Amino acid sequence: MKNIFKISYLTILLLATTHQVKAEEKVELLKTDWSFKGLFGTFDRGSLQRGYQVYTEVCASCHSMKYLSYRNLSEKGGPEFSIEQAKAIAASFEVTDGPNEDGEMFQRPGKLSDKFVMPYGNVKEAQAANGGAYPPDMSVLAKARSGGVDYIYSVLLGYEDPPSGVTLDDGVYYNKYMYGNNIKMSQPLYDGSVEYSGGTEATKEQMAKDVTTFLMWTAEPHLEARHKMGFKAILYLIILTILVYFSMKKIWSRIESEV
Amino acid sequence: MSDHEYVPKSKFGKWFNDRLPLLSLGNHLADYPTPKNLNYWWTFGGILTFCLIIQIVTGLTLAMHYIAHADFAFESVEHIMRDVNYGWLIRYIHSNGASMFFLAVYIHIFRSLFYGSYKSPREIIWIIGIIIYLLMMAAAFMGYVLPWGQMSFWGATVITNLFSAIPFVGEGIVQWLWGGYSVGNPTLTRFFTLHYLIPFLILGLVALHIWALHVPGNNNPIGIDVKKPSRDTVPFHPYIVIKDGFALLMFMIVFAFFVFYSPNILGHADNYIEANPMVTPAHIVPEWYLLPFYAILRSIPDKLMGVVAMLSAILILAALPWLDTSKIRSAVFRPLYKQFYWILVADVIILGYVGAMPAEGLYLLIARVTTAYYFIHFLMILPILGFKEKTLPVPLSITEPVLGSHPNQSTVKKKENLN
Repeated sequence: MKNIFKISYLTILLLATTHQVKAEEKVELLKTDWSFKGLFGTFDRGSLQRGYQVYTEVCASCHSMKYLSYRNLSEKGGPEFSIEQAKAIAASFEVTDGPNEDGEMFQRPGKLSDKFVMPYGNVKEAQAANGGAYPPDMSVLAKARSGGVDYIYSVLLGYEDPPSGVTLDDGVYYNKYMYGNNIKMSQPLYDGSVEYSGGTEATKEQMAKDVTTFLMWTAEPHLEARHKMGFKAILYLIILTILVYFSMKKIWSRIESEV
Repeated sequence: MSDHEYVPKSKFGKWFNDRLPLLSLGNHLADYPTPKNLNYWWTFGGILTFCLIIQIVTGLTLAMHYIAHADFAFESVEHIMRDVNYGWLIRYIHSNGASMFFLAVYIHIFRSLFYGSYKSPREIIWIIGIIIYLLMMAAAFMGYVLPWGQMSFWGATVITNLFSAIPFVGEGIVQWLWGGYSVGNPTLTRFFTLHYLIPFLILGLVALHIWALHVPGNNNPIGIDVKKPSRDTVPFHPYIVIKDGFALLMFMIVFAFFVFYSPNILGHADNYIEANPMVTPAHIVPEWYLLPFYAILRSIPDKLMGVVAMLSAILILAALPWLDTSKIRSAVFRPLYKQFYWILVADVIILGYVGAMPAEGLYLLIARVTTAYYFIHFLMILPILGFKEKTLPVPLSITEPVLGSHPNQSTVKKKENLN
């Protein structure tokens, strides 16, 4: 009885702690069902491919993705474009290479092995073009914000007219979910901002979900492999634990004592 | 001990053992008489050894791919996560392994506190343990700096700045630690070197820790001296090996759950933002396992005294064998100490909680009260309790719990099973 009391006392303490930490984010983030959550979560290929489209057509003009290469687009567990598609995507970008034998830099079409082409040459240039704010690199963005994908999804859909009494500087927008509610990025997604092939309707919500799914993949490209391996590893451990438990019982039965 | 009687069976074994008694050592480890009533809280020694080995093996592998340079560290970690075969697995095992290591060490320390394992004749084991714990904190702190994210950078800045509290020479020491005028590339490379070195120091100390343990033998849940070998003991192999193995597997399931299903939950999102000396994060918080000490540090208004209090909070543990004046080891027979023990557990958890909160208002007040209580527990309650407390009768041996049919027999049995 006393032990039950002790355990509940510790549990309550721990729960209180974790609960309070989470309660700090005051605004309730928008929720949507992510296919990649849960023990068997996998990415929705269609959503990843559409998400890539939204990224290239909407985000990529300001946000870099410097840790990704075009080859990643055709790798297992990602959007899984065919090699030909990925090659075509890479070739649609101009990459600066060199120096050549004359010592000069030159432009050539992108290859699978190239990293995603950056929208700006450097941070200062990016800031100058965006009213002083640096559009963050998006490679690991989904892991770099507390609230993760829910937060990004919410910010994308959180643009509102400022409440009365709040005046905003030029080039600053009001966003319900952004920390401090001020954001220097104008609303990026409107219904029909991109044109999806294959019949999916390009609503704001759909695009936000697709691009956020894509960002989760860019942040965790091996998420599917991890979930798959985790299931096998834990199943293996549980079976082994049961076997060892009975071996232990057997061995300890030789002496008069309880384990 | 049976070491002296051991003779290897084979001729070569005997020849070898006469020159280097490795086989005798193996025989000693297998036969090592262990109290048969050890409960599962005693399995954490083995679990900790496992954690150390896992950290060293994964750490060596990571070091083959990691680049200790301010301009490339963050990128090389991303390279490990994306392009190195199973790099994500190795890194997540290593980063979550640190948390698992501390989880296990806290259970190990609090087990020791409950059953009085630090008391005579085990003071040296205990003190070596405290040194290991200190080195673990140093290793963990420096390891957290290596990915060169925002928390890495600013955590390093905050912690190294603590040394500036030392009068007169503080500023100089901090610059010496940094290798410059702020945390930068020289800081990163030296932290990497030390992070690589410390685990091997810990490994050596673990060997001493176990050696020192094998002199008096294990303490046990009823905290009495056990005759060895006797009906009260079992040989380490196979009895304790299989039991430790079972507990280790249970621990590994929890470990695997973190690695595969929530690998970043114990970390801080800001550490996926590359270090930027121009931007300070809103809240700089250390990893969860350092939070109680962080709370103590911040609860004192004076910087120097804060540092002193934080260090004392750890070092006071080394004096514990002499601060606790009770002759009875196990809390099972100390009704009052048992109450204070659980209050201390709550106190430390609350300290950890307020350590994660901003140091203001109610949080600061709670931090101050709990900090004060932490020291009161060790400096006042424990010394006085040893003289004042009316302890319960202690059994003479494990197999014959109490003289005659004392009513406490049932409680002893219950404790043995449940704790």
